[in-house]
Order: sequence, then C-alpha cells, then structure tokens
Amino acid sequence: MAIEVRIPTILRTYTDGAKQVEGSGATLDELFTDLEQRHGGLRERLVDAKGLRRFVNVYLNDEDVRFLSGLETPVKDGDTVTVLPAVAGGTR
Amino acid sequence: MLTISRDLHDKIVAHARADHPDEACGVLAGRAGSDRPARFIAMENAERSPTFYRFDSGEQFRVWQQMDEADEEPVVIYHSHTATQAYPSRTDISYASEPNAHYVLVSTRDEDQTEFRSFRIGDGVVTEEPVTVVE
Repeated sequence: MAIEVRIPTILRTYTDGAKQVEGSGATLDELFTDLEQRHGGLRERLVDAKGLRRFVNVYLNDEDVRFLSGLETPVKDGDTVTVLPAVAGGTR
Repeated sequence: MLTISRDLHDKIVAHARADHPDEACGVLAGRAGSDRPARFIAMENAERSPTFYRFDSGEQFRVWQQMDEADEEPVVIYHSHTATQAYPSRTDISYASEPNAHYVLVSTRDEDQTEFRSFRIGDGVVTEEPVTVVE
C-alpha cells in the first residue's frame, strides 16, 4: 500500500531533502506514525497534544483535512497527502 | 537583497492601500532558483483582520500547486501592517516557514506614504535587506 506524502521545503530536513515520501495507514494518524519510523521528528512538527497543529495545513488530495475528519481522516492506497505550513502573521 | 520591478512593487502597495485597515497579503511567484519575482498573486486574508493575516488554506493549496507545476516558487511573501511599522512582529517571525522567500512588509499607517521593507526570516532570526526597485 502506498500513500504519497508531499513535504514542504521547511520539513525536508526530516526526509533527507526529499520533497515526497511514501507511507501507509488507514487514517492520517496511522500514516504519520508510520512516517515517524523512517523520518524521526516529523510527526511532532505536524501533531501536538491537541491533534493537528494549528498552523500546519494538511490536505487529502485537494481537501483541507480540517473539513474532513482531521487526524481520523481515512486514507487509502493511491491518495496524496500534502503538507503546507500556513502562511500567517500579524501586528503582534 | 530584493530586486523587484516597479510594476510589482506598485501592485503590492496598491493592494495594501485597497485593503486598509485590514492587513493585505500575497505572494510574488518566480522561476524556481531565480530569486526574481515575476508574477503577482494577491491572496485573500482569511482572517479579514486589522491585526492578523492568514492565507485561506484552500487558496494556498491551489496557488502552491500551480507554482509547483510551473516550476515556480514563492520568491516574495508580503503582507501589510496597518497601524504599526513595516517590521516583522513576533508572530510574523514564528510563522515564517518558507526558508527561501523574501518577506516584504508594507505599512499603511501613514496616509501619505507607504513604508516598504524586505527581510529574510529563518530559525527565528530576522535580517533586513536592501530593496532595489527596477524601472
């Protein structure tokens, strides 16, 4: 089973520079746990104690998973998961 | 150093003025590795706030995908401050996560003149850089 995971520039230090890696799992949560085996430290950049990190966008194919089931979103063979850090900021 | 055409510089300023007092935000895309901004992409501020900005996540996905397909990258990420100086705030610094981008800050706090400054931000460190506007 292979799910393609697209990694943004800033997280490629965890993937030896690769912009794309593969993983498996029935949900996003399982997928991230699977990736952690080969790319130690990556999961913590995506997930915190409350779930998906607030300023990290994760998409299943072209949908933001916040509008699906977050970490419990089911994933399957052939899916593409894309990670993009949110672009944000402000006065303070 | 940021080298930018007069046209793109003026488009950023016009966008910031038009959205004042909300913060305006957007991207200048350029060919990957070129470090030259070429294409202006105004982004929606999903926060619609005078003190915070955030790219709409769906729009960001589409724009990033288009850039990837065109072998482009975000050369400039810009946003405006509407009541404070054109300098990265603590949140600007902590959320900056495109290591190769030039972060342009514009301030519209003064009606008669717009501050336009550029910075590199990485690992929590901010370095201002000179801006060269090419006619």
